[in-house]
Amino acid sequence: MPVRDTDWEGVRLHVVTGKGGTGKTTVAGALALALASAGGRVLLMEMEGRQGIAQLFDCPPLPYGERKVAVAPGTATVPGGDVYALAADPEAALIEYLEMFYNLRHAGRTLTRLGLVDFATTIAPGLRDVLLTGKAAEATRRRARGRHIYDAVVMDAPPTGRISRFLNVATEVSGLARVGPIRAHADTVQRVIRSPETAVHFVTVLEEMPVQETLDGIAELRGLSNGGLQLGAIMINMVRPTGLTDDQLLAAATGNVDLHELVMGLKTAGIEGTLGPGGSTDVADALAVELGEHATGVLNQREHRRALAGAGQPCYDLPLVTDGMDLAGLYRLAAALQEQGAA
Amino acid sequence: MSGGTKAAPRLDTDRLLDDQRTRIIVCCGSGGVGKTTTAAALGLRAAERGRHVVVLTVDPARRLAQSMGLSSLDNTPRPVPVPDAAEGGTLHAMMLDMKRTFDEIVEGHADPDRAGQILANPFYQSLSSSFAGTQEYMAMEKLGQLRRTEQWDLIVVDTPPSRSALDFLDAPQRLSRFLDGRLIKLLTAPTRAGGRAYMKVVNVSFGVFTGIVTKVLGAQVLRDVQTFVAAFDTMFGGFRERAEDTYRLLQAPGTAFLVVATPEPDALREASYFVERLSEDRMPLAGLILNRVHRSPAARLSVARSTAAAEALLPVGGPADNAHSAAVNGGAPLADVTRYPLAVAALRLHAERMQLIAKERRLSQRFTAAHPAVPVARVIAQPEDVHDLAGLRVIGESLSGN
Repeated sequence: MPVRDTDWEGVRLHVVTGKGGTGKTTVAGALALALASAGGRVLLMEMEGRQGIAQLFDCPPLPYGERKVAVAPGTATVPGGDVYALAADPEAALIEYLEMFYNLRHAGRTLTRLGLVDFATTIAPGLRDVLLTGKAAEATRRRARGRHIYDAVVMDAPPTGRISRFLNVATEVSGLARVGPIRAHADTVQRVIRSPETAVHFVTVLEEMPVQETLDGIAELRGLSNGGLQLGAIMINMVRPTGLTDDQLLAAATGNVDLHELVMGLKTAGIEGTLGPGGSTDVADALAVELGEHATGVLNQREHRRALAGAGQPCYDLPLVTDGMDLAGLYRLAAALQEQGAA
Repeated sequence: MSGGTKAAPRLDTDRLLDDQRTRIIVCCGSGGVGKTTTAAALGLRAAERGRHVVVLTVDPARRLAQSMGLSSLDNTPRPVPVPDAAEGGTLHAMMLDMKRTFDEIVEGHADPDRAGQILANPFYQSLSSSFAGTQEYMAMEKLGQLRRTEQWDLIVVDTPPSRSALDFLDAPQRLSRFLDGRLIKLLTAPTRAGGRAYMKVVNVSFGVFTGIVTKVLGAQVLRDVQTFVAAFDTMFGGFRERAEDTYRLLQAPGTAFLVVATPEPDALREASYFVERLSEDRMPLAGLILNRVHRSPAARLSVARSTAAAEALLPVGGPADNAHSAAVNGGAPLADVTRYPLAVAALRLHAERMQLIAKERRLSQRFTAAHPAVPVARVIAQPEDVHDLAGLRVIGESLSGN
């Protein structure tokens, strides 16, 4: 296998977070595909039970079990690897946990039916998170015949607003369970999450609130007590081409569109005259207004981009996929991530 | 709007704000649709039209909070200076601190000793700061409190950014169900449970149950829960009563629900659920606010015509085949292949915008076809985010259709 230089050499657990609506699940899927392109096997994990991965890869709802959902493109010399997916579920993870450590499968099922998971996660909200992150840690470390089963694990994690609490499992649990088995389990999970094998990536779009949440989330992870969480990349999703040169942008944003050029162009294309009730609006004037609004938006986006760059993490651009996200679009995003060194 | 489908009735927000009988406005909808901004814009507009308004927000974006002069989460309504208020209208705004609100209920319902015991209990601390539903419950609790003070004649509240927009209607019941639930009873009242119906339903022996809980969570957790429930027991009745009061307050005349959405499939699907749920619960729905709707000053220049015109300015086989290739490849090529790069860009942008407008229109028509009686108000997409009162005022004006 040819060695490629990527920004995340040595990282095996990729945690992908982002504000709702930024395309977090899509980007996690694209990252899994990109990582699998080097050959090998990648596990994509869903944490919220929304079956977003199944929708993304256009397959039936995922059971609690690891299932192959896609084959990565690969290159002329290297065949692509496989992407497996798992919809993690705290109840199933609890039963698995009880069975693994206490041989209590049957009792576990009964307790689940009674709502024990609801109950337990209420009195110890960290428990749910420990069960979910624990599953990811287990998959990351799982071995057979002396090597890892998965070359990488990509976690479609909870949104930015909850990520630091989600990853800070041991501390969250320790408020309630100062000793005991769940505490020991939480400590093990914490070690994996805080190892150099784990990185936390943020997905955002170039809008004010998602950008602010990303910066807040990064600051929060940096500030977590006793540190040790490795920050990953900022993945800027739904990037649209500006369609204008910088000079045109600046002119348009300040209301100085070259109306003469615009009118000449429109005339050449056979469009002239007025629009609107009673011919009140000139076409060129109307299009100049649209250009101005577009340019203002683009310049705002540039400001957001500068703010993101200030966080000091690598930034990757993912193009806006128009006409709805499908598998072809997902492969395009995966290729974009690879070209920029994410995988 | 356009022909073919029956247009939705227009939601007259100014009439709603001017009607002195309107005492509570609840803005609900899925996350990221601009609920808080809408609530703030409505509050400002109402104050400018002479009402005494308080806006209760749950989790505002920092700059929006700053635009109203809120800098900290302190659970107290703060005055917001409104320079153009008519006839002495006033505006206050506050951010909800759910833990403090919960603490205040406990302090108000138990003697100091017992209150101290409850507040110090680790189980209470976990419940009051992270139980899914506490935030919703406390938002409703605070709303009830503000209403009872009679200090304001209009309360505008935005609902918490829940995973499901319906949570705040269910949360009070969920919390009291939980505190009253059989698992809690099982854990805390072995003597009461002896020989009673719990065992039949539960079908595992109590010993096995507590045994497992102890194994997984540790004995200390169980003890904390038991102490908490013992201390909290006398408050259960009061809790349920308050939840029911608030629920009734929402159904009363004088309350108006506004469902907020953006013209996107997910947000409108959620809005549909919400409209149905409100009617099931007999909650008074005033209408739908469609945020960030796009418009064009050149709406009569169609997608087809502007796309064709842009292509006409480019050589055959040029970058016209892929609208994005020129820009993706660095932005320069357009100028190399056409004498009118600005016109090409303008026509392409216009075509994109018209496509977006058409899509938004289809989605909103689909909503109205399913809910023909729901009045709709539209807010035109602003090129920039809201940072100050002037920005909120623009939203309020757009909302009122002026």
